[in-house]
Amino acid sequence: MSEILLQIDGKEVKATEGMTILDAAKSAGIHIPTLCHHEKLEPYGGCRLCTVEIETRGRSRLVAGCLFPVQADLIVRTRTEEVDKLRKTIIELLMAHAPDSFELLALAEEYGADRNRFEKESSFCLLCGLCVRYCNEVKKKSAITFVDCGAERQINFIPEIAAQECWNCKECFPLCPTSYLQAAYFLTEALAFPRAKEVPAK
Amino acid sequence: MPRINSPAELEDLRKGILSHKAPDKPCIAICAGTNCLALGNQEVIRAFKEELKKQSLEDKVDIRATGCHGLCERGPNVLIYPQEVYYIEVSPEDVPEIIAETVLGKKVIDRLLYTDPDTGEKAVHQSDIPFYKKQTRMIINTNTMIDPKRIDDFLAIGGYSALSKALFEMTPEAVLDEIKKANLRGRGGGGFPAGLKWETARNAPGDQKYVIINGHEGEPGAFMDRAIFTGNPHNVLEGFIIGAYAIGASQGFIYTRHDMPQLKENIYTALAQAEEYGLLGDNILGSGFNFHIEVHFDVGIFVSGESSALMRSIEGKNPEPRPKYIRTSVSGIWDKPSNLNNVETWANVPQIINKGHEWYTSIGTERSKGTKLVSVSGHVNNTAVVEVPMGTTLREIVFDICGGLPNGKKLKAVHFGGAMGGSIPENLLDTPLDFDALSGLGATMGAGGMLVLDEDTSMVEMTRTLLDFLSKESCGKCVPCREGVRQMLKVYNRLCEGKGKPGDIELLEDLCDVSKKASLCSLGRTAYSPVASTLRFFREEYEEKIVQ
Repeated sequence: MSEILLQIDGKEVKATEGMTILDAAKSAGIHIPTLCHHEKLEPYGGCRLCTVEIETRGRSRLVAGCLFPVQADLIVRTRTEEVDKLRKTIIELLMAHAPDSFELLALAEEYGADRNRFEKESSFCLLCGLCVRYCNEVKKKSAITFVDCGAERQINFIPEIAAQECWNCKECFPLCPTSYLQAAYFLTEALAFPRAKEVPAK
Repeated sequence: MPRINSPAELEDLRKGILSHKAPDKPCIAICAGTNCLALGNQEVIRAFKEELKKQSLEDKVDIRATGCHGLCERGPNVLIYPQEVYYIEVSPEDVPEIIAETVLGKKVIDRLLYTDPDTGEKAVHQSDIPFYKKQTRMIINTNTMIDPKRIDDFLAIGGYSALSKALFEMTPEAVLDEIKKANLRGRGGGGFPAGLKWETARNAPGDQKYVIINGHEGEPGAFMDRAIFTGNPHNVLEGFIIGAYAIGASQGFIYTRHDMPQLKENIYTALAQAEEYGLLGDNILGSGFNFHIEVHFDVGIFVSGESSALMRSIEGKNPEPRPKYIRTSVSGIWDKPSNLNNVETWANVPQIINKGHEWYTSIGTERSKGTKLVSVSGHVNNTAVVEVPMGTTLREIVFDICGGLPNGKKLKAVHFGGAMGGSIPENLLDTPLDFDALSGLGATMGAGGMLVLDEDTSMVEMTRTLLDFLSKESCGKCVPCREGVRQMLKVYNRLCEGKGKPGDIELLEDLCDVSKKASLCSLGRTAYSPVASTLRFFREEYEEKIVQ
């Protein structure tokens, strides 16, 4: 593994080939906000909160920090005015769905986001996909999945799999930034495989 | 049919086909393009067959169901060879008369001719019709000469000669060089130089390389790729095989829509015939070059035409885009170098190889070469597939070729480039068809869909319709695209109900900014274009809708 030197927020950072900007920043103690990132999961690039400005060969552009691979002489700026403004709008867009999510409230405070800027559509799910991907990539069960696309997209438990797998797992619950997942799970359970009287085996 | 094992055998076969075709033998070429199909051409074709049978003329007159002729509005279109008499809006009742009068009697039936609405003049031949006269049809012109289900028709007009030339007279590097010098730019939307893309894939590490035809064409108002691919599938395949040879790929994929039965059938037929003749598969034409093609179909959403999503789809996964920080030409399908071009780009390749880059670069503008197919729809007299040299102005396309607007209405704007394109107002209609000139106006070339809008159009409502499409067709993975478009659409719904609020325009501008800069793929990154372009040129229409 060859060592790569790059610059993040004016600080010289050592990284190794195959790392992303987010990895390199983390190793140097520089915080880049994320919502859909989890170290056990493949980088996803869905929330775009980790958008940063990079400069290569004198040209600047915006990229997702969780996906962009480090390269020598890369200059990264994680808090420009433009980056902050994009993050603020992204937070505001998500708050239309989950205005009381603690994670979003903390981010809103940091970036000066207005939780009421966009018309509310309280679905409570941010579609970060942490639950879907964790179940698929780590547990390899695929009990939960995305259905539909575009603005219609949502997460759903697949009752046949969930009835077999979920009761003794529930590892996705703490990953969810809004608690919507739990609600979706209990709704699926109530409708598709009620077994309230059974005492779960520990 | 025995397979062809050398360029000489290909030429012998071609001569054989031509010797069986008497040049004076009458041939009735009936358009079987999508629109003519909808207008009832099947009944017309059946009537011709029955009438010829009734009169025992089956051996004396040929019938050819061809691909799209282009003049979609006036179908079913019938072209009668050898005189090239052109009839429009033909019905089954006209058939006995056409055979008696025109095919046998060599007389022209006046009432079936095209009448120029401006001069009142009748056009007897196809080339007399202003619609055809003012185009430069280098790709789609062959549609009338070919039954897409008969490879012999394609061979008769010189088909696969460019492949033979590339394989036996040129090295892969020489083919690549020719495409680079021709400055062929991708016709799928971005206008990226095809030669550079090919070179990147060719030079990328790894022995296994893939080439792909993107025949998805899911945009509203885009139907030119379908006209090429359905009407002359071998032209596209020939370009594709040449590209595979230049790049060093032994495996190719065709990705297209599942919901076009006619296109599907023609592709499958063409592949089977090309393989039977030895133009595809192992040891093509005896050259030692092997190339195989697999056909894949979409899952019914627009975003699966985006290149990285398309590659995921071929892998059997959800068609969700991935960021192209590493180009797909380096790491595409199963992380192998994968070169994707759209139908029209591949269709340009055989003529460049046959006629050379100097000929090709003599057509078009300084930075956009060759011709471009444009599908014209909306408030226009001739809904059509048009092929013109790059540099032709939008005004010429709308008025000179497509006959202007119906009902004496004035033109307000043309929306160019499909759902993620932009609107160009009437006063800028002399803009040339050119990748850079259009993008300078915030309207990308896109695939070449052109929507003509008359003076009664509400630009706000038109934009609302496009956003509605995009909000449903986005994959929904990233926030700026999914949520940005959703919120933009909410603003539009309000504006269209007369409930616009002060600050709505600024809100739209902010949403444009976030979707353009922070989205994951090019759908999200360009979804703002219809909003930005109408805000730029028709801002007063927005202001009118805002209740102070």
